[in-house]
Amino acid sequence: MVTTSPRMRALPPGRYRFWGVLRAEWTKIRTVRSTVWCVLATVVAGIGIGILASASEASRWRNGGVIDMVLFDPTSVSLTGLIFGQLAMGVLGVLTMSAEYGSGSIRATLAAIPRRPVVLGAKAVIFGGVALVVSEAVSFAAFFVGQAIMSGSAPTATLSDHVVLRAVIGGGLFLTVLGLFALGLATIIRHTAGSITTFVAILLILPLIDAAFPAKIGWPIARYLPAQIGAGMTSTKSVGNHVSFLPSFPFWHGFALLCAYAIGSLVVGGVLMVRRDP
Amino acid sequence: MIEARGLTKRYGGTLAVDGLSFDVRPGQVTGFLGPNGSGKSTTMRMVMGLDRPDGGSVKIDGRRYHDLPWPLREVGGLLESKAVHPGRSAYNHLWALAQTNDIAPGRVDELLELVGLSGVARKRAGKFSLGMTQRLGIAAALLGDPGVLLFDEPINGLDPEGILWVRTLLKRLASEGRAVFVSSHLMSEMALTADHLVVIGRGKLIADQPVAAFVAQSSRASVRVRTPRPDPLIAALTQARATLQAEPDGTLVVSGLTAAAIGDLAAELGIALHELSPHAASLEEAFMELTHESVEFRAEDVPPSHAPATEVRP
Repeated sequence: MVTTSPRMRALPPGRYRFWGVLRAEWTKIRTVRSTVWCVLATVVAGIGIGILASASEASRWRNGGVIDMVLFDPTSVSLTGLIFGQLAMGVLGVLTMSAEYGSGSIRATLAAIPRRPVVLGAKAVIFGGVALVVSEAVSFAAFFVGQAIMSGSAPTATLSDHVVLRAVIGGGLFLTVLGLFALGLATIIRHTAGSITTFVAILLILPLIDAAFPAKIGWPIARYLPAQIGAGMTSTKSVGNHVSFLPSFPFWHGFALLCAYAIGSLVVGGVLMVRRDP
Repeated sequence: MIEARGLTKRYGGTLAVDGLSFDVRPGQVTGFLGPNGSGKSTTMRMVMGLDRPDGGSVKIDGRRYHDLPWPLREVGGLLESKAVHPGRSAYNHLWALAQTNDIAPGRVDELLELVGLSGVARKRAGKFSLGMTQRLGIAAALLGDPGVLLFDEPINGLDPEGILWVRTLLKRLASEGRAVFVSSHLMSEMALTADHLVVIGRGKLIADQPVAAFVAQSSRASVRVRTPRPDPLIAALTQARATLQAEPDGTLVVSGLTAAAIGDLAAELGIALHELSPHAASLEEAFMELTHESVEFRAEDVPPSHAPATEVRP
């Protein structure tokens, strides 16, 4: 026989829903200062470094050789800062999950929502939404500011030029999807410092290690690295960009691979979340 | 009500919880006692569906925690005092939790009022004292007005006024018909609040009974005897199969015989008694007696009756 505890208030029909969990995650992400700092850092790095790169590349174009001129890609130049904005967006993705483990609030969260994949899903939707809005805004702002700086001293691009719009939107998508990858990484690692270190290593250190290998080995691998995918997605030329002349995947291939990385880390994170005790 | 059946949890080679079965019934405060490291917190986390048992099961009103349609409206838990993002305000912490289970925002204000945090509701929780954090945790547990409540060491870090407040609150929640499960290593606290006790040591169930029965059953019920002629009395008491212990001032602490039997024995032998006082075991002594064997880390050479007070208040 089951003795039922008296209900203090009648339970509403049905059960807790994804919508409520989404609202809770929105409340969480907008009520901590770290979100504001990460968004600010993304804006400052994305646009600021784009300004510096645009200014220096414009002067290099004037004094550069023929190859520099042929490969000059004003769209890609203006979006140079995105890779650094990516660091800040990755940190926000990490913190969205790791702050819960760091503070112990994950237990309160999972007691309220015992179906753990629901929690991860809601975090991915809310973080992904915030990241998409911020990243696209930064990408477009960096593009326009960069073109304004280069105009007069070097060729510039407009959104109506061939694949330019795709590259600018692609810059924002790159930040968003790799941020989701960072969220999955944090779900696997569960520690803020460890997750951020891993993310930085994958984004910035792996290309350096790859570059140390002979081209025969290094070049085929390079195109699989997130940073190189990003370079490809923000480029309007078929080969490389002004930072590296390494080959990268065509836009949609690169984007699909990036999505596969993010889904992979989120799925592994989700499975571990279900299996491990918080 | 909570029904645990054969709950088992292993960490590496150690059994943290070993085949634990017990019920937590509505309408009373069930104290969950055990020395530090005996598996209380692990058990509570398993009840809340956070830690996965390696064996056995636990049900809330006949359902697995995972299957509860509205977890916060059915079970409230204070598991750790620090379960709050330090940068988020008390209000926003509770509001985010409330949203997951469709709890109205008015309830958040109501609870902040109840736990006395209304004045600091918009302050960052990281700035809170241990006592304030504990109150916030209690507010979170009560958010959904649940019928089953778990509190892991709720009076940790509270001042005397706060302790009294929690004690009253626990009793009130039980009197409203809720099942209240409270862990503590403070026996005296349980003596004041609990109706029923679940006692564990090294993850195993030691006792599951009403508080009064728990105390009465203890073998440490004793009689203090003082006499100017101890030697013949000691001989006679030993012969009567009583156990005794001599204190430094010569007082004998006798167990195994009632005060009346000792008095009769002394009268027969013509021995004068200067003191003959029965001592019912305190809950503390009963607990020490029961868990003596199962304490994981024990200070050496401290006889149980003189063990350091387990209650340390700031």
